[in-house]
Amino acid sequence: MPDEPDSRIAHMDEAIALPRKNGELVFEAPWEARAFGIAVVLNEAGVYPWRDFSQGLASETAAADQGGRPTGYYERWLETLTKLAIARGMVTPEELEVRTAEYAAGLHDEHAHHGPHETPGV
Amino acid sequence: MSGNHHDSHHPGPESSAALRTKALEALLVEKGLISTDVIDAVVRAYEQDIGPLNGARVVARAWVDAAYKQRLLADGTAAVAELGFGAPQDAEIVVLENTPTVHNVVVCTLCSCYPWAVLGLPPSWYKDYAYRSRVVREPRTVLREFGLEVPEAVEIRVWDSNSDVRYMVLPERPAGTEQMSEAELTALVTRDAMIGVANVQVPVRVGRG
Repeated sequence: MPDEPDSRIAHMDEAIALPRKNGELVFEAPWEARAFGIAVVLNEAGVYPWRDFSQGLASETAAADQGGRPTGYYERWLETLTKLAIARGMVTPEELEVRTAEYAAGLHDEHAHHGPHETPGV
Repeated sequence: MSGNHHDSHHPGPESSAALRTKALEALLVEKGLISTDVIDAVVRAYEQDIGPLNGARVVARAWVDAAYKQRLLADGTAAVAELGFGAPQDAEIVVLENTPTVHNVVVCTLCSCYPWAVLGLPPSWYKDYAYRSRVVREPRTVLREFGLEVPEAVEIRVWDSNSDVRYMVLPERPAGTEQMSEAELTALVTRDAMIGVANVQVPVRVGRG
């Protein structure tokens, strides 16, 4: 249930605990909140058990701690999420690569109409 | 996914991580696997994680269980933990009981220390300099501005939170709630009442004695 935070997510081990300040979750940029939300939603949808995510995050963290990868918490989170989404066949590395490049090139920009956002037919 | 690290880390409007997140979300949405609304809802829920409800449960329990109330006032941290709230590394929680002669109100004059394990996110006014400075000097006036009229005969005690001690108010149980269950009582308790800027109100349908 989206309105009932899962304590396995909200209170992970100290090494991989969600960044908080005075109790509040801290997102330093909007994408961090999106990445957080996607990971939680995929877990709720049954794509992976949370244990798989937290273990992935722990190994990303360990790898970063070994040096060489000075990434922030949500960079490691995103890396974990991406790997899991690919491993579970939700996306392919290729399409992700292509779409990211398109966004980087600004191909999908200026979607910001004033009216309601177009929703692709379901 | 491989080799897609931050080699081209440009300080443009969007970081590489932001772009990759956007791409991932868009693809998952297009495939019908997730919806942006659900992501929004999840983020909101976690941002409001450990909301005031935890504190409300503590208060309602204290109202219906005199022994629990005693433990709560004697050792707030332990009594709150009994209900499964709070985290071991948190600051001590001290619970202050409102009575017919004493009204307690909580502030953090230095910053915004707050018993988040029981009350969730502090409201924005709690962090405002105006509240932090004025509630100490003129609590009765400030409370009146919140809509809370504290009779002159009632002593107002202002408690300054800090990094070691977080205060929470145990509001008075309103008259007319004698028949209510613990769950119903929980629903009455507001965040503001546990900060001490409001009293707990009885909904009209219950009626006052």
